[in-house]
Amino acid sequence: MSDVFPGLLNYWIAIVLMMVGFYIVIAQGNLIKKIVGLNIFQVAVFVFYISMGKVKGGTAPILGEGIDVYSNPLPHFLILTAIVVGVATTSLALALIVRINTSFGTIEEDEILELEHADDAKEETS
Amino acid sequence: MTDASNPLLILLVILPLMAAPVCVLMRNAVAAWSLSLVVAWAVLGISIKLLMELNTTPTMYYRIGGWDAPWGIEYVLDPVGGFVILIVAVIGALSMTYAKASIEKEIPSERIYLFYAMMMLCLSGLLGIAITGDAFNLFVFLEISSLSSYVLISLGRDRRALSSAFKYLVMGTIGATFYIIGVGMMYMMTGTLNMADLSTILPTIADTRTIMAALAFLTVGISLKLALFPLHMWLPGAYAFAPSVVTVFLAATATKVSLYVLLRIFYTVFGNVDVFATFPIQPLLMTMALAAMFVASLAAIWQHNIKRMLAYSSVAQIGYMVLGVAIASEAGLTGGILHLFNHALMKGALFMAVGAMVFATGAVTLKDLEGMGRRMPLVMAAFVVGGLSLIGVPLTVGFVSKWVLVSAALDAGMWPLAALILASSLLAIVYVWRVVEVAYLRPVPEGAPAPAQVPLSMLLPMWALALMTLWFGINATLSTDLATQAARNLMGGL
Amino acid sequence: MLSAPDAILAAILLPLVGGAGVVLFGERHRNLREAVTLVTGAVLFVIVASLTADIINGARPSLIAYEMMAGLEIKFTVEPLGQIFALVASGLWIVNSIYSIGYMRGNAEKNQTRFYLCFTIAIASSIGIAYAGNMLTLFVFYEALTLSTYPLVTHSGKPEARSGGRVYLGILMATSIGLLFLGLLWTLNIAGTLDFTPGGILAGKAEGPIVGVLLFLYMFGIGKAALMPVHRWLPAAMVAPTPVSALLHAVAVVKAGVFSVVKVLVYIFGLDFLNDATADNWLIYIAGYTIIAASIIALRQDNLKRRLAYSTISQLSYVILAAAILAPISMIGAAMHIAAHAFGKITLFFAAGSIYTAAHKTEVSQLNGIGRRMPWTMTAFAIGALSMIGLPPTAGFVSKWYILSGALETQQMFAVGVIILSTLLNAAYFLPIVYVAFFKAETKVDGHAHVDHGEAPLGVVIALSLTALGTVALFFFPDIPLGLAQSMMAPEIMGAR
Repeated sequence: MSDVFPGLLNYWIAIVLMMVGFYIVIAQGNLIKKIVGLNIFQVAVFVFYISMGKVKGGTAPILGEGIDVYSNPLPHFLILTAIVVGVATTSLALALIVRINTSFGTIEEDEILELEHADDAKEETS
Repeated sequence: MTDASNPLLILLVILPLMAAPVCVLMRNAVAAWSLSLVVAWAVLGISIKLLMELNTTPTMYYRIGGWDAPWGIEYVLDPVGGFVILIVAVIGALSMTYAKASIEKEIPSERIYLFYAMMMLCLSGLLGIAITGDAFNLFVFLEISSLSSYVLISLGRDRRALSSAFKYLVMGTIGATFYIIGVGMMYMMTGTLNMADLSTILPTIADTRTIMAALAFLTVGISLKLALFPLHMWLPGAYAFAPSVVTVFLAATATKVSLYVLLRIFYTVFGNVDVFATFPIQPLLMTMALAAMFVASLAAIWQHNIKRMLAYSSVAQIGYMVLGVAIASEAGLTGGILHLFNHALMKGALFMAVGAMVFATGAVTLKDLEGMGRRMPLVMAAFVVGGLSLIGVPLTVGFVSKWVLVSAALDAGMWPLAALILASSLLAIVYVWRVVEVAYLRPVPEGAPAPAQVPLSMLLPMWALALMTLWFGINATLSTDLATQAARNLMGGL
Repeated sequence: MLSAPDAILAAILLPLVGGAGVVLFGERHRNLREAVTLVTGAVLFVIVASLTADIINGARPSLIAYEMMAGLEIKFTVEPLGQIFALVASGLWIVNSIYSIGYMRGNAEKNQTRFYLCFTIAIASSIGIAYAGNMLTLFVFYEALTLSTYPLVTHSGKPEARSGGRVYLGILMATSIGLLFLGLLWTLNIAGTLDFTPGGILAGKAEGPIVGVLLFLYMFGIGKAALMPVHRWLPAAMVAPTPVSALLHAVAVVKAGVFSVVKVLVYIFGLDFLNDATADNWLIYIAGYTIIAASIIALRQDNLKRRLAYSTISQLSYVILAAAILAPISMIGAAMHIAAHAFGKITLFFAAGSIYTAAHKTEVSQLNGIGRRMPWTMTAFAIGALSMIGLPPTAGFVSKWYILSGALETQQMFAVGVIILSTLLNAAYFLPIVYVAFFKAETKVDGHAHVDHGEAPLGVVIALSLTALGTVALFFFPDIPLGLAQSMMAPEIMGAR
């Protein structure tokens, strides 16, 4: 048990964060909150990657005197890319929310859905 | 084998990728379109050349920055990748030709150059997915194409385009994130991201829980992008409200490329593992595929919006492709890959026809199509060709797809599956014929204005696809050979 | 003269060329357009007929026209049964064209160019079905026939045409794609080939319940044969203009159906194989049931065309019944019946259309005394009716004779009973029409626009007289179809001796 629970603590944190984020995305009706949830969800993955590259006792991977144990830099580098992608996604999502707010007058999912259904119905009868 | 390193591979991605910022800098609709058009056709030229070279060199690669794999990022082209690139390039070139007139009508003129920038990015991303040999690089391209397609969808005239794009963004991001979780787990176990390298290491650890979880994450993540039932919720809205040409492009390429990713994972990354024997994935995929075929077809029957109807039909057709994969035989895989190509042709033609109708009359609902057979005979005829192909009538590509798929199911001894494939195409008769009946047998509504003249730049690509739908239905040798070759190459890893 | 393979290709392409000509002249040159149809018909018939002698003598010209992909061949082989069908379809097309011209002009129908164009495609498809050398080719042309006749069925564009068309297309497409296509692929999977081969291709390769399932898929998959319960499309198709009902839904389409059934039984399953497998008995019962049930429904129809449609359903199952008896002699009867029923039923439909054109009457109950106003029409109708019942001197007698002989020879008492009972039923729903037309006084309807009508337009009368004559002629000179039918069964008959 002990090597699963405290031993894999970093993974537990990642999982908890991921589920929290996922839950927010699903359960929250407010679009901004959804995006926040999505961010948390992504951050969980970042944590997962970064912690996986850590080598016990290792330092930053810079060549130097007397350093022969260092952490794996590749996951960190990968996650740098993923963070950039995440930022792009978030900003695009926020831009979309602004546009949604101007055209629907709301950023609550259920209200938007109602308006969408009204649009659908108008289309059918026209 | 001579040196198989081929710089054309990188050119394929770089050209549209560079064209995108140039489009933005130009700030001019016509200039941006001209550049995009040239690039799209150049890409088509390159992809045809590559496909021909594939005959002599079955695998080509390009190592970025000269770093050898597995350390550097490697681009690899094999028959299945070549086939997918050809599909993307053909649709890209045709829809770029089609785009000018259609987009001028649907997007405010000051944003048009941005539209082309996004199209170029999307094209670049999709091509990149198909040629990269690196699992993480694939994620980057996946996001390039996804982010640009969210933007493209949100450009639609209807406000529902915005909410649909948002929905797609959320689901797409979850899908992509699932994908990197999967990749991360594999990296943890193997220490490599190169697909070829992964495939040699994975067999020894395939039955560990981490790898199983990785495959599960990968499959679900890609299924989201692929819009495999029941993860398809984003697709109907996105296709229905995006600008016409975006729908054409995405419907014919984006989901296809996602299916390609699934194939890559199953047959290249896990190429030395018998995925279907090791993991309980076959019943799952098969059930989802069958559910897609029936549920989405039924949903299509009840739609009033034509684009949404075709979108649901796409979800159903994705079911056929996945089913081909799930049969897990060479013949089934051939059927899946072949349908990938065939469906791109027919759905492209169908959405182009709808786009032309939107252009000429603003028609979006079934009711708007009354008398369309008389008002726009050429456009409607192309629609009928595509529709017949969806049903699977002989002498269309749909028939060839079903022929191969059903034969594969029978070969594998899965005769109930064969019956179900055909039973589901009966539903296609209903939703296609609803349109045909309205268009040809209802009178032209009184006082309807004459439809605007549809320019040749829209009609020609539409008819090119419609004629290809017929041509590859009558002369299926080339397409089936390519698909067979691709399938064999993929299965060869086993 | 053309070589045999060239003749096959010519026979299939010629109607399409004619169709192009029809479009070329269009509404502006109506006379030229109609001339194209007639000339095409005549040349087509000559080409088809030129093959006959060789076929009777045992030649089986064949040609692989095209390879769609490895193993998917469009292939044509002329064999006797197909030759009978092709002769009937192409021959009656000429007569029907004469009739169409009179009818379409007499009723001032719209979109006549489209009408004639679709007709040519339908004929090309029928010839394609007739000469199909493998199941794939047959299937391709079968679907083409369905699609090309859909615009003809919905010609008027009225709501009832729409719903009729829906049923028509829905049933025909659903059965062919859902069942026939599956049967076809399954056959390919089991037998490794789809070529029509004397003696069948399934012998020794399929056994047990699979044979029954395949038979089910074929028999109900070929919806055009109108076996109950997939018969509903035929009455629905009656919304079409009468020439369509006459040629397509009495001859080309429905005959394509039963032709395919016979072809599948003889050349895919093989009679001996089916006899051994004994999975076939239910076919006799379904066919028998269809014959009787359709006749009873026909009895209750007041609309003349609908009554004829149900009569067609019943008569089609004669062919299936004859084939299901699985005796060579009844097979000859089946082949004969394809020809005999074609002549008889087209005559009846011509008469129905003639009545509609001249008097605008569509119901049986309106026909009192009409025989005196339209003697040619009603005489032809009477001849057609006799042929349906199976009385001499008409073609129906000959085919029924063979079917009955086959049934007796194989001791199929159920089939014998069905034939006798249905003969009575046929008489019960046809003879009253003839009786009231000639012997009852006309009921006066005030304000009817067509009270003082005479015969229908000349083209119509010529056409129906010709087919009536043909019905009688087939009784006295059945040599050609009989020769062909015997040639078809030659291997089996030889084998039996």
